[in-house]
Amino acid sequence: MNAPIDGLRTPSGGLVDRTRRISFSFDGRSYEGIEGDTLASALLANGVHLTGRSFKYHRPRGILAAGSEEPNALVTVSRDAARVTPNLRATQVELYAGLIAESQNRWPSLERDFGRINDLLSAFFPAGFYYKTFMWPRKAWKALYEPVIRRAAGLGRAPTHADPDRYAQRYAHCDVLVVGAGPAGIAAALTAAASGARVMLCDETAQFGGSLLADGGALIDGLAAQAWVRQAIESLQSNRRVTLLKRTTAFGYFPHNFVGLNERLNDHCEKPPQHQPRERLWQVRAKQVVLATGAIERPLVFPGNDRPGILLAGAAQTYLNRYGVRVGTRAVIVTSGDDAYQTALDLKAAGIVVAAVADLRPEAIGALPEAVRQAGIEVLPASTVLGTEGDLRVKAITLGRVEAGSIQPGQRFECDVVLMSGGFTPSVHLFSQSRGKLQWSDALKAFVPAVSAEQERSAGACRGVYDLGDVLADGAAAGTAAGEPAATGAAQRRFSVSAPKRGSESYLGVLPQATSPSGDKSFVDWQHDVTTRDLALATREGFQSIEHVKRYTTMGMATDQGKTSNLNAMAIVAKSLAVAIPQVGLTTFRMPYTPVTFGSMAGTSRGDLFDPVRTTPTHAWAQARGAVFENVALWKRARYFPRGNEDMHAAVARECRAVRNACGIFDASTLGKIEVVGPDAAEFMNRLYVNNWANLGVGRSRYGILLREDGFIYDDGVVARTAADRFHVTTTTGGAPRVLGLMEDYRQTEWPDLKVWLTSTTEQWAVIAVQGPNARLVLESMVEGIDISAAAWPHMSVARGKICGVPMLLFRVSFTGELGFEINVPSDYGQSVWEAVFAAGRQHGITEYGTETMHVLRAEKGYIIIGQDTDGTVTPDDAGLTWAIGKNKTDFVGKRSLDRASMKAADRKQLVGLRAKQPGVVLEEGAQVAEKPGQQPPMILIGHVTSSYASSVLGHSIALGLVAGGRARIGQTLYVPMPNGDLEVEVTSPVFYDPTGARING
Amino acid sequence: MLIIDCPYCGKRPEIEFSYGGQAHLARPQQPAQLDDQAWAEFLYMRTNIKGVYAERWRHARGCGRFFNALRDTTTDHFLAFYKTGEPRPTLPAQHERTT
Ligand SMILES: [Zn+2]
Repeated sequence: MNAPIDGLRTPSGGLVDRTRRISFSFDGRSYEGIEGDTLASALLANGVHLTGRSFKYHRPRGILAAGSEEPNALVTVSRDAARVTPNLRATQVELYAGLIAESQNRWPSLERDFGRINDLLSAFFPAGFYYKTFMWPRKAWKALYEPVIRRAAGLGRAPTHADPDRYAQRYAHCDVLVVGAGPAGIAAALTAAASGARVMLCDETAQFGGSLLADGGALIDGLAAQAWVRQAIESLQSNRRVTLLKRTTAFGYFPHNFVGLNERLNDHCEKPPQHQPRERLWQVRAKQVVLATGAIERPLVFPGNDRPGILLAGAAQTYLNRYGVRVGTRAVIVTSGDDAYQTALDLKAAGIVVAAVADLRPEAIGALPEAVRQAGIEVLPASTVLGTEGDLRVKAITLGRVEAGSIQPGQRFECDVVLMSGGFTPSVHLFSQSRGKLQWSDALKAFVPAVSAEQERSAGACRGVYDLGDVLADGAAAGTAAGEPAATGAAQRRFSVSAPKRGSESYLGVLPQATSPSGDKSFVDWQHDVTTRDLALATREGFQSIEHVKRYTTMGMATDQGKTSNLNAMAIVAKSLAVAIPQVGLTTFRMPYTPVTFGSMAGTSRGDLFDPVRTTPTHAWAQARGAVFENVALWKRARYFPRGNEDMHAAVARECRAVRNACGIFDASTLGKIEVVGPDAAEFMNRLYVNNWANLGVGRSRYGILLREDGFIYDDGVVARTAADRFHVTTTTGGAPRVLGLMEDYRQTEWPDLKVWLTSTTEQWAVIAVQGPNARLVLESMVEGIDISAAAWPHMSVARGKICGVPMLLFRVSFTGELGFEINVPSDYGQSVWEAVFAAGRQHGITEYGTETMHVLRAEKGYIIIGQDTDGTVTPDDAGLTWAIGKNKTDFVGKRSLDRASMKAADRKQLVGLRAKQPGVVLEEGAQVAEKPGQQPPMILIGHVTSSYASSVLGHSIALGLVAGGRARIGQTLYVPMPNGDLEVEVTSPVFYDPTGARING
Repeated sequence: MLIIDCPYCGKRPEIEFSYGGQAHLARPQQPAQLDDQAWAEFLYMRTNIKGVYAERWRHARGCGRFFNALRDTTTDHFLAFYKTGEPRPTLPAQHERTT
């Protein structure tokens, strides 16, 4: 174990427990931290600043911030092979005993990184480098560029095992959701709760208090800041109408005050409790939202501003006051405002040498600078930074002096930390996501919320209010207004605050530079390695909108979404275009505020619970018979029933022969069924379907086709008239909901005058298809009340009767081309009737068959499957189904579209049979069809294969396809180009088997 | 996720509904009498308003009814819900201006 560097941890103070020591490992080395540390604070306590390599140049990088805005210190934390979480910010990772973390984007190690050569070659990696360089040759992308770039630009790696943890999701409603539990958020929650409202208060960190947790000396209502926080949180906790959520990030703000929260329950635990989910996704619908998301300190842009040891001043203050960690021993502070002076005082009090405070302002006057001078710290107004030194850690800084517009060389200070403060940038991410309008503030040099789009208020630093007293009052006012939006003029709660007055001076853009700067890069976007030069190049090359500059330079497009960089980048672009900042525009903030795991998004929707599963009444029977199932929409359907060592091919061949030669039994229960009932049922069906229903007698059925209004086939199915005012409509398995939706649309919105009612009966009927020459032999002794003899009951007959004593609707229909019946019985009787039919069929060679055999049999007959042989561009005529269209009908849905000239063109793709010249070759479904052989890409293609099977009954393969002008090509030879050459096919009729239809009428 | 106020059931989350496209487009009484251009207009041409849009929703996982809504496409805020067949309601002037 590396011994902690003596003296970096203060002897007392902060919110850590020095008696509880925690060992952890970083990049394979053991370190010691204490309870209450984050990974970042523990590393800093061990003197470790170097935590990552930069994205493009592989420059050594250290911890920059103390919160979720951290762009550099991205780590992978792992518990085991399956629990590997990449791209975590070390500043947010809470330490636990045995934590294992690794840095990213380096090889072989952080200290010796091979990719550092990119920095030396950086002249060749300007903005737009990827776009410019890797355009050509295109083939090199897959083989060369992409693998190399991916390895070099490695953010963390995803785990190789399935995620073993549970993720919960929860809906919640509240009167007031307060996002952020700093001073403004706590004050808002207090006043909203006092009004009786149901309040939710969430914060992304492990402790409520926000900036107050790092505050050294403020008093609120006579209490030290942290004691006040404790008291306020206790009072909220005791209120049953208040929900407090820590470690909970509000990551997305959606319309109608719908806010997504991601709660991490036990990533901070040494041993996560087994009973708990790992994360919980809250979907909160709030009547009112108070955004108290705070502000992020703005880094300064100067040469060499990215060396490890260069931090935000506020971060150094947080590490000291909250975690008791001195970030170094000798500091130089560079600031544009008063705030960092407090940091200087805090550091000095903790024994850190503050070599100088370099102030960018021409003068450093006021109470805080004076106090700093009094403390014996050198204050250098009118300063700028000319450069820094150091490889794996900053070791010196050279200042400059701005005198009458010119830059004079200034002092060089040796130091091991440089703390910078460019003022604050209000965190308007969620406000912007809510579509609220932002406004540029010249005074604050930042965008602040102006017009809310939702029932929402921003309070405190996120709208540019920085002084603690003002922040508390602002939060309290927002909470009061949100808790009682109807009440006006309610008494405002005030807090008495004793704290140094804080200014709001801030700095934007590049620090003043001499004409020949040190040559080191000035970074604007740390995480994506975007420099001032990249931005200048982008504007020089003509990019004017910030959205374009962003995409060209990738500024702000890393996982931190430019939290620390966006405003500086905008200022630099505005300056080089010589326009005001609002004129370059503002990039759009998008959810998530910080990355959210897929596990949290998926919740329980994974594995067996990914989708609901629908099973048919004979599912258990089929399972017991060893059926192999396939997914059809949400249904599990038996695909084939292998016997012995049969593969699918052998099983399907046997099942097909059984149906053609004897008899098969098939579960067709998944067919959609809609009962269309009412005095106007026939009229309704006439208007909707292409067929003529007026002349369909009771007890008869017909193959129906439904088009969309654009004339293309939407669905098909057998429709039976079971009474003068009643139709039993069947649909495809997957199409049932959308067909009912389309029917309801016309019934409710176009023809509300028709007296007709629609009911889905899909789940109510079990459908048992008995198909084959022996089908009647099987059923005639079982069916009660219907004479099913050939003479009495022809093809397409329908009647009610009984089977096994169960009420039945019996169809004589066939999707196989054989004599066939479909028994409809109430679903609860499905399996028992199935078993009875199966037993009775034994002596007639009955064989159970699955969907694969069903497909082969129907294709042998040229029957189409919607969505397989049609694709939303196929008309009835294309599919060879013109015969189904009712003659002399003046209108039906889609009819007018069929009259358009292009819908009648002779060269439309038409359904034909395709027979491979080599009988054993089964064409690939989706393969293209060409007229001429031997073509090279780009080929002239005239169609494609839609269905293709081996036919054991015919002794050769068969296929259906859509081919331009196909019917006129019957007899021609066409070509299916494949990687190994063309396959010759003959165009045939789509009906391969029993073309006269003799068997169906058997 | 939007909150949609079904005129028959009340306020429900968006996942219970399916979107039905532009409202107040009646299917022509005699499609055969329309020329190709007029039929294509009915079939394909839709307005794409930045502002208040009259649109259809169906409470597909609820009562099953179609109804109409006025939604401001710039804010996703609903301004009115009304039953199929009812005329488009008149809104206060500040909303109508954006249509
Ligand atoms: Zn409803």
